[in-house]
Order: sequence, then structure tokens, then C-alpha cells
Amino acid sequence: MSVLFAIATRHLLARKRQSFVSLLGIILGVGFFLAISSLMVGSERDFIRRLVDNSPHISIYDEFRIPRSQPIRELYPRGAIELRSVKPVRETRGIRGYESIVDQLRTIPGVRASQMLAGQALVSYAGRDLGITLNGVIPDDLRDVSTIEKYLLSGTVDDLIANPDGILIGAELARKLNIERSEIITIAATTGQVKNFKVLGLFRTGRASYDESQTFVHISRVQALLNRAQRANTIIVKIPDPYQAQALAANIERRIGYKSVSWQETSEDLMSTLKIRNTIMYSVVSAVLIVAAFGIFNVISTVVLEKQRDIAILKSMGFFARDIMQIFLVQGLLLGAVGCLAGIPFGMLLMTALSQIRFKPPGGLETISMPIDWGWSQFAIATAFAMSAAIAAGYFPARKAARLQPVDILRGGA
Amino acid sequence: MNEIVLKGRQLTRTLAGEVPVTLVQDANLDLARGEFVAIMGPSGSGKSSLLYLLGLLDSASSGKIWIDGVDTSTYNETELATIRLNKLGFIFQSHFLLPEFTALENVTLPMKRRGVLSSEEMKERGLKLLGDLGLAGHEHKIPRKLSGGQSQRVAIARALANEPVLILADEPTGNLDSASSGQVRDILRALVRDLGRAVAVVTHESEMGAAADRIISIVDGRIVQGGSAKE
Repeated sequence: MSVLFAIATRHLLARKRQSFVSLLGIILGVGFFLAISSLMVGSERDFIRRLVDNSPHISIYDEFRIPRSQPIRELYPRGAIELRSVKPVRETRGIRGYESIVDQLRTIPGVRASQMLAGQALVSYAGRDLGITLNGVIPDDLRDVSTIEKYLLSGTVDDLIANPDGILIGAELARKLNIERSEIITIAATTGQVKNFKVLGLFRTGRASYDESQTFVHISRVQALLNRAQRANTIIVKIPDPYQAQALAANIERRIGYKSVSWQETSEDLMSTLKIRNTIMYSVVSAVLIVAAFGIFNVISTVVLEKQRDIAILKSMGFFARDIMQIFLVQGLLLGAVGCLAGIPFGMLLMTALSQIRFKPPGGLETISMPIDWGWSQFAIATAFAMSAAIAAGYFPARKAARLQPVDILRGGA
Repeated sequence: MNEIVLKGRQLTRTLAGEVPVTLVQDANLDLARGEFVAIMGPSGSGKSSLLYLLGLLDSASSGKIWIDGVDTSTYNETELATIRLNKLGFIFQSHFLLPEFTALENVTLPMKRRGVLSSEEMKERGLKLLGDLGLAGHEHKIPRKLSGGQSQRVAIARALANEPVLILADEPTGNLDSASSGQVRDILRALVRDLGRAVAVVTHESEMGAAADRIISIVDGRIVQGGSAKE
């Protein structure tokens, strides 16, 4: 191999300028691949982190994934049954035995769970009426199962603990109603019940629809407003490893029957959008390396063309076809490897530069920086792709060189 | 008579095409150890084509070739390359030295490919070959720093690197001045006389013919004279 390696390197060194240009292609390709993919993966991870932080990992609802069938149909599954004038049982909806479910969930190490009663209501203030979602929560549990406190612009969760007739509302809702903290608002439920609440805090999550529709009050007040005493229609769960949410949700649903939805299921459309975005991103950055690979192909093809006599003489000396192939494959490998070795530091430089960029998003208050992912997988993918492209670029000219018949060259060159 | 190192029987080489062209036809020839043969004939008569067949660089359309007693007719490309590596040495009209390598590196290339000797042994043999051919002091020069005659002598040293039983040369003095041609002729003659190698040279030059033990004449692809040592 050493003699083949020596021939390969001498060929490249004899064409310094062209070798350098093709090397530059790989260096730039690897660098930009790293910069773009780390930015995209970083932003994706940041997005998912925010999503995971701000949403319940698992939500258990007072409904069933598959509606319960009529008992008669279960008794005679193959019977020809026709039901007429069915009168549904009038019952107050909610999760039966939610307290024991919450207690059971809390026995799992690291799991935090709390019940909630959510319902629609109308808020009236200064002649304006707006539809809102009333989230009845246990204020003491709110910190454990929600990150809302992090987004409070004014007031604290402790205020809600201290004053059960208080309410936390979104800053967007406050802006629409033109109200401030400590003011009193009137809320009317769909049952016709009406109650006044004191605004104890304003929050801004950054999601406009959430900030203008969601409110947090004590669960007992919502139960009273909705005429659903001792009821809860949702259990929200936070777990130590959010990526286990799907499996745990399925397990819970199997055990208690109520629909248990993981954050992944809730965000299925977003997750598939991210996948599409990743596919597009990798296609674009890969194109950079494919273009660079053409540079390598060009150099090695030129070397093969120029070195036909050398190939012929090497074969006449007794070098095998596979030796000739290896010479040119080594050239591709060398360009790829050196390109990666120089491209990775260049990429890290770009990544560092990108991570220094700070900006304030529209409507945002805090300055944020570009989320860069420094995980090893980006480097592994960039290296693997660059090396594959370089080897593929070397393979075709190498195969051509290996197939050259020395006699065809010698006849013409003698 | 000395041991036969090269035997060709009924060798024919035809190039396929709309009008097939026969380069060599029914060639029979022997070459013994310690014999210097010149293959002569008019231009286009098939001298080089015959040499390429004998050197296993080209495949015969029909016929068989024995190298050092081994029938090569059933060998694949890799096996033929192994025979070229171990048994044959080539010299061409152009020296075909690898331009990026020094004279010594060019000479040691076949040894490195064979991989039998240590680096020191390869270097030692390379230096001796170059010294024997009057190239002492030029070992570390690259080909473009050498004259035509010097380059051709490096090519001869390279052909001798793996101590082949048979040396095949295609117009080895074709690009050289008369003084250099004389040197190359003397070297080839000495290879036969001193080292007992078999040498077959394709040539136009009457001086080379005169230096040979035997002349094989070829016309229109057919050997018309001198194919066998007995003739």
C-alpha cells in the first residue's frame, strides 16, 4: 500500500493548484454543512425544548379514544341490531376517580401530576366581551406541572395561592381589554354563572393565541362556575424524560381507559413539519458537498487522463488493475480526509460566529442568540457525507484507470 | 542448447472490426536463456504487436505462450500481471519513467510492488543497478533533470529490478543519439553475456541486429525467418 500511497500523493502534489482548489471545495462544503446543519438542528432542539417545557408531557382527558359502544352490541357482536330513540344518560362529565389516578401517577419516581378543570367562558370588561378558556388549577401544583410562572410579567403564582378569587391572564388579553393588574373582571360561564375575579398577574409566552385566550384560576372557582363540583376534566403530567411520554401515555391509557395524549401526539403536525424541514436542509447542504465532489472528480479524471502512460507502464511492470484503482481511490480519500480535517475547524469557526449573533425577535423582550447544536452527530454526518462524496468522486475515474489496457496506450505512445 | 524461457506457438492477433485486421499471424518462436534476439521488419509489419503478445500485455486471438515453462494461456489478468512482475522486464522507445519520482525511486518501484526485499535491500539493489549502468551520482535526480540516454538507462535499471528471466525491448534506441544508442546496445549485450538473461529487442537499426545472436524477421505479421533457435 505504501508504494500506491506514494504514487497517489505525488500525483496530487504535482498538481498543487488544482488539488488545492478541489480541497477548498470540500473544506467550504464541510464548513457550511456544519454551520447550517448545526443551526437547523439547534433551532429544532430549541423549539422542541420550548414545546416540551411549555406543554404538559402527558394530558389525560375525560374522553375515550374509541367511543364506548352500546352494551347490546357487545352482547351480540354478530347480531343485526337496530337501536331507536336512544336517550343518552345525563351525567356530569369529568374523569372518575381523578384523585386516585393522580396519587397513583405520583408514585412513579420523578412524575408530577395535577388535576385541572378547563372550560369555556366569557370575560366582560368595559363593554367588551371576549371568549376565553378558564383553566382551573390547584395553585400549589402549578409550578410543578406548568412553566407559566416563568412567563409572568407581573404577579406570582403565590398571589393565586393567597387569593383564590384571583386570576392570571395573558398580556394579549389584557391589551385587548385594556386592563392592568389588580383590576376586577367579570367572567360568565356557559352555565349562566357569573363571577368577579381580580387580575393578579399577566403572562406572555410569546404565542399570541395562547396569550389572548388562556387564563388560570383556582380549580374550586371553575368547578362552581361550571356547576361541576368535585370534578376535573384533565390531568396534566410532567415526567423526567419527556421522550418517554409516548410510551407512558400509552401505558396510562391502557390502564385507566381515558384518552392519554403525549406531547408528541399533540404536536404531530409540527414534528412532521420539522422532519420535512430537515430533509430540505440536508438536501441543500449536501448539494454543496456534491458540487465539491465534482471538483475532486475533475482533478482525478484529469490525473487519470494525463497519467495514462504511467498507468500503462505500471501495469507492464506487474501492478494489478486493483493497484491502479487503489492509487486513484486513495487520491479521493486523501482529498476528502484533508478536506474534512480542515473543514471541521472552519465549520466550528462559522458555528462560533453564528452563536455570537444576538437579536430581539419581533414582539419579544429578551435578546436571544442563534441556537447552535454542538453535538457530535453533526460532525459525524458532515464527515461521512464528505468522505462518501470524495470516494464516489474518486471511484469512477479510478475504475476507468484500472480498466485501461496498457497496450492501447503503449502503441500510441511509443 | 540453453533452457527455453519463452515459447510462442501459433500466435495470432486479430483486431475485430468491420474489417478485421490481423497484426500477427501463426507466429512460432523460441527464446533461450542467454540469448539476444532482434525482431526486425518493415514498419507496420507487426514487430511491436508480437512483442506485446510475448510480454503478456496483449491477449492473443489464438495460440499459446509459455514463459519460463509456464503455459499462460489460461491465466487471468492478475496472474498475467504476477508473471510480468516476477519474470519479465520491459524497455520502451520512450523511457516512461514516472516524472514525480527520482531515478532511484523509479528503479525500486517494481521491487516495492513485489514486496520481497526490505527497504534497505531495495535501495542497495537500486543503487547497484544505477551504478552498473553508469548513473552513479544521478540517483536522486528526477527524470527531467536527466538526458535521454540517462533516462533510458534508468528505464533499463527499472526493467532489471526484479531480476527477470526475459527482457523485452521495443525500439529502445529509437529516441537516442548514436552515442547513447551504442551504450544501450552494449548494456543489453552485457545483460545476456554477463547475467545470462534472455533479451528480445524490436528494432529498425542494423547495428542492433548485428549485435544480436539471432534475427527474427517479420513481414505482414508472419515470421519469415529466425523464429526458432534451430533455424
